Amino acid sequence: MTGAQRIIPCSDAVRQLWDYLDQAVSPEEATRIEGHLAFCRKCCGELEFAKELQAFLRSNEVEEIPPDVKEHLERLLREL
Amino acid sequence: MADIPQSPASKVAFEALAREQIPRLYSLARRLTDTGAEDLVQECLLRAYRSFDTLAEPEAGGAWLQSIMVNAFRDRLRKESRAVKEVAVEDVDDFSLYRTIAEEDPFPYSDTLHVDFLRAFGKEDVRAVLMRLPDIYRAPLVLRYMEGFATKEIARLLDAPLGTILARLHRGRKLFEREMWTYAEENGLLSQEATR
Repeated sequence: MTGAQRIIPCSDAVRQLWDYLDQAVSPEEATRIEGHLAFCRKCCGELEFAKELQAFLRSNEVEEIPPDVKEHLERLLREL
Repeated sequence: MADIPQSPASKVAFEALAREQIPRLYSLARRLTDTGAEDLVQECLLRAYRSFDTLAEPEAGGAWLQSIMVNAFRDRLRKESRAVKEVAVEDVDDFSLYRTIAEEDPFPYSDTLHVDFLRAFGKEDVRAVLMRLPDIYRAPLVLRYMEGFATKEIARLLDAPLGTILARLHRGRKLFEREMWTYAEENGLLSQEATR
């Protein structure tokens, strides 16, 4: 069995899931993670949740600016 | 007010860009810092005005202003000389929010347990959780996962080695997950009513 085919434990797979989603792991690491996910249903759940959490953070609404703060900053621009 | 006067045309162009970007800059500032978001936007605008002539591509003005804001934020942290306290990875590495939600099963009648957990968090709840994180972990997390910056760009803006940023992102994610659970427990989000 080569290094790329070695089955990694759940702890290693879970630790790298976000980096895997970010494509921030090496091709060899990606292969090992995918090898683990192919047989581990629990870690597939972790992967799906990581995707949901990333989407949740991306979709978090922008903070609305209070009118008085907006007015103050726009006045600053006018006075430049 | 700013010490390098721009030509009237530049001033008009800058004002138009800045006015358009103020809401986005304020939102970023509120995610980066617990207090002083308005001051951070102001500092960003003054810095940007002084160097507006260096903006080569006007269509990149929004990203340019965001970069200046992150620089201002980084300088503020340095000025305040806040002690950088790294969290030992072993303190958070074993925590899994996915597993905790599954094991604790806060919404027993739910078929979409994990999604319901996330839905219980409003905008202010997310900000409150972010503010529980030390600055050094919060900033990379916000820039990467809420603002969409690439990790190399974050390393450049925060003037830290890429490896340091990757390690802080890893710990920051773990801390964020742990604090989400703690916050949910402390603020009554773990009830069926919270998800309705």
